[in-house]
Amino acid sequence: MNYLYTAYAITWIIHITYLVTVSQRYSRLRKEIEDLRRRAK
Amino acid sequence: MKKAFPILAVITAGLLSYALYEALVVAPTEQTMGDVQRIFYYHVPSAWTAFLLFFINFVASVWYLIRRDTTADILALVTAEVGVVFCTVVLVTGPLWARPVWGIWWTWDVRLTSTLVLWLIYVSYILLRRFSTSGQTPVLAAALAVFGALDVPLVYFSIWFFRTQHPQPVIGGGGSIDPRMLHVLLINWLAFMCFAVLVCWSRYRLERLQRDVDETMALEDLLDPRSSVR
Repeated sequence: MNYLYTAYAITWIIHITYLVTVSQRYSRLRKEIEDLRRRAK
Repeated sequence: MKKAFPILAVITAGLLSYALYEALVVAPTEQTMGDVQRIFYYHVPSAWTAFLLFFINFVASVWYLIRRDTTADILALVTAEVGVVFCTVVLVTGPLWARPVWGIWWTWDVRLTSTLVLWLIYVSYILLRRFSTSGQTPVLAAALAVFGALDVPLVYFSIWFFRTQHPQPVIGGGGSIDPRMLHVLLINWLAFMCFAVLVCWSRYRLERLQRDVDETMALEDLLDPRSSVR
């Protein structure tokens, strides 16, 4: 059973890690957009 | 389209929860391997999803090489990235299943080795896209993706053409499967496919937005280099 739960847990750790990196890239991009808006004013 | 994303997110969350319940509770226990066989419900759908994403990457790359279409280029990048994530799941869950069943974590047989090579090809593709500053990067990446895709049929058909430790395919191959297990397998695949679509969609929007911002910044630098803060 340990192998089963480890496999399921690791699957979701991998997916969540990827989602976190995508979300961090979104945050960085939002800052860049804010910066652009500030400079445009 | 704005409403479709949250609707798909809710459907995917529901499907993933239901698929998990089916895999852990409803699916019958396999007689020889016991409960560890339930890794199958994550391992196989992840492999099928990765193969499908690499196939889309191949089609988008060929389309980009012919038409130089930005949408195809972004789609190729996104599907390669998400495909690598699913392929990583396959490479991690496989040994976790193999250890209690075969008594070993890994063996260098054709199915396992070709899957590792496939993963390495697409990791190289992502690294090329991430770190190359050449204007020709999308073309080089598309060419690499076309050759990389040749490994997908090798991985899939390797268990028919070569003697391997890996079990025969459960659908269309020499293996057989209980209809209740097949039902759970297909539900899990559907759930992972919806999840992959959702992640690709989100990543596609990010990439499109990033390119728009980069273009605006480059334009701004051209018009007034002193205003640049990058």
